[in-house]
Amino acid sequence: MTSTLFLLQRASAAVLAVAVAVHLATIVFAVRGGLTAGEVLARTHGNAGYLAFYAMFVAAVAVHGPIGLRNVLREWLGWRGRACDTALAVFALALFALGLRAVIALYLA
Amino acid sequence: MLHVEVWRGAEAGQFQPFAVPRRPNQTVLDVVTEIQREQDPTLSYRFACRVGMCGSCAMIVNGRPRWTCRTRTADAAAIDGRLRLEPLRNLTVVKDLAVDMAAFFDKWKAARGFFEPGNAIPDDFAVVKPESDARQAAEEGIECIGCGICHSACDVVAWDDAYLGPAGLNRAWTLMNDVRDRAQAERLDAVAGTSGCHACHTHMSCTTYCPKAIAPTYAIAGLKRAVVKRAIRRR
Amino acid sequence: MQFGFVAALLHRLSGIALAIFVPFHFLALATTLNGANALDNFLSVTNDPLVKLSETGLVGALALHMALGLRVLAIEFLGVRERTGAAVSACIGFGFVLGLSFLLNAG
Repeated sequence: MTSTLFLLQRASAAVLAVAVAVHLATIVFAVRGGLTAGEVLARTHGNAGYLAFYAMFVAAVAVHGPIGLRNVLREWLGWRGRACDTALAVFALALFALGLRAVIALYLA
Repeated sequence: MLHVEVWRGAEAGQFQPFAVPRRPNQTVLDVVTEIQREQDPTLSYRFACRVGMCGSCAMIVNGRPRWTCRTRTADAAAIDGRLRLEPLRNLTVVKDLAVDMAAFFDKWKAARGFFEPGNAIPDDFAVVKPESDARQAAEEGIECIGCGICHSACDVVAWDDAYLGPAGLNRAWTLMNDVRDRAQAERLDAVAGTSGCHACHTHMSCTTYCPKAIAPTYAIAGLKRAVVKRAIRRR
Repeated sequence: MQFGFVAALLHRLSGIALAIFVPFHFLALATTLNGANALDNFLSVTNDPLVKLSETGLVGALALHMALGLRVLAIEFLGVRERTGAAVSACIGFGFVLGLSFLLNAG
C-alpha cells in the first residue's frame, strides 16, 4: 500500500486499541445474563461522552477496515486498481454513515 | 538408503525418484552431487564454496528453503529417510534445481540497495562510530550474501509481483544507517512506494529461515518508522 | 506452520470476519430509531444458543485481532524484538479468554 494509507491504517489502529479495549470491557463486564435495550439505552441516552467516544470509534473503523480489506483483495484475489479503490471508498463511507446513524440512534432514543 | 525426489524440468515438470546410500556426515549437497555424478548427469543444480559462505546452493529441502551444504541428511531425513528437493520459490526455474536470480537482484536495485558515495570528494575520512545506534543497526544486516532464501520464503513476494522483498529492503535499511551514503532521500522514496516496505505483513518467514541469522523483519520495521517520520515532518 | 505466519493468517481472517459483521452490527443497533422495543425485539433473537455461540466467536475474533494488531504495532513502532512463539500464543490466549468470558457472563 502507499505510505499515506499505511499511516492512516496504523493511526486508526492506535485509536482502535483504546476504543476496542473499552468496548470489550463493556461487553464482558456489563453484559450479564443477556442484553436488553433498556440496559444499553440507560448508558447511551443523552450521554455526550458516549456520543463523542463512539463517533470517534466509528470513524476509526471506517478508515481501518477498508484499508485492511484492500490488502486482502490485492494479495489474495489479485484485485487492484481504480475499480477496487472506488468500491472500498464507497464501503468506507457506508460504514461511516451507518455507524454514525447507529450511534445517534442510541443517543436520541 | 535415502529416498530422494528431485524436481526435474522448469515451471512444468515432475519429481524424479533416486536412491542414495546414507553416508557419515553427509549433507544434502553431497546427495545431489552424488546423484549428478553417479546416477544422472543431466541433473542441473548450483553450488560453489560448499562450506556455507556463498549461498549458491540454496534450494527447498522438504518444504524449507535452506543451504544444502549446511543441511545434514541426518537431520533433514531423520525419521523416514525421505528427501524432497525443489528449486527456490518465487523465482523463475531455469532447469531442475537452478533458478534465475535476475529478478531477485532487480528488486534489490529497485529498493536502492546499493551504496551511493555522492559526487563531492569528502574533505576527510568519515567518522563511523561502531557503538552508535545507526552502526549497530547496519551491522545487524550487512552479512547478507544474497542467497535468496528470504525471498523464496516470503509469502508477500508470492502474492505481490511488485513487492521489493526482504533482501533488498534489508540492504536498504543498512544503507539508511550508513553515515557515508548520500542517497537517503531517494532511497526512502524507493522503499516508500506501493509494494515497498509497507507491504510487509510481519509473517517473519524471512527471519525464520535466514541462514545468517539476519532479521529482515526488524530492518523493514525500521524502514516503516523512517517513512512515517518523514511523512509527519512534511506536514 | 510458523508462528509468524499463523499470527498473520489469524489476524487477516479475524479482520475479514469483523469487516463483514460490523455493517450488520450498525444496522441492528439503528433499529432503535423505531423505538426501544424495536431493539429489544431484535435482541431477543440473540438469546438463541447458536447466535450466542456466534457472538462468542465474534468477541473472540475482536480480542484476537486487537491483540495481534498490538503485536504488529509493537514490532513496527516500538522496535520490539519478540520471542514469536510466546508472543503469538499470548495473543491467541487473550482471544480465547475474552471469548470465554463473554460466553460465561452472557448467561
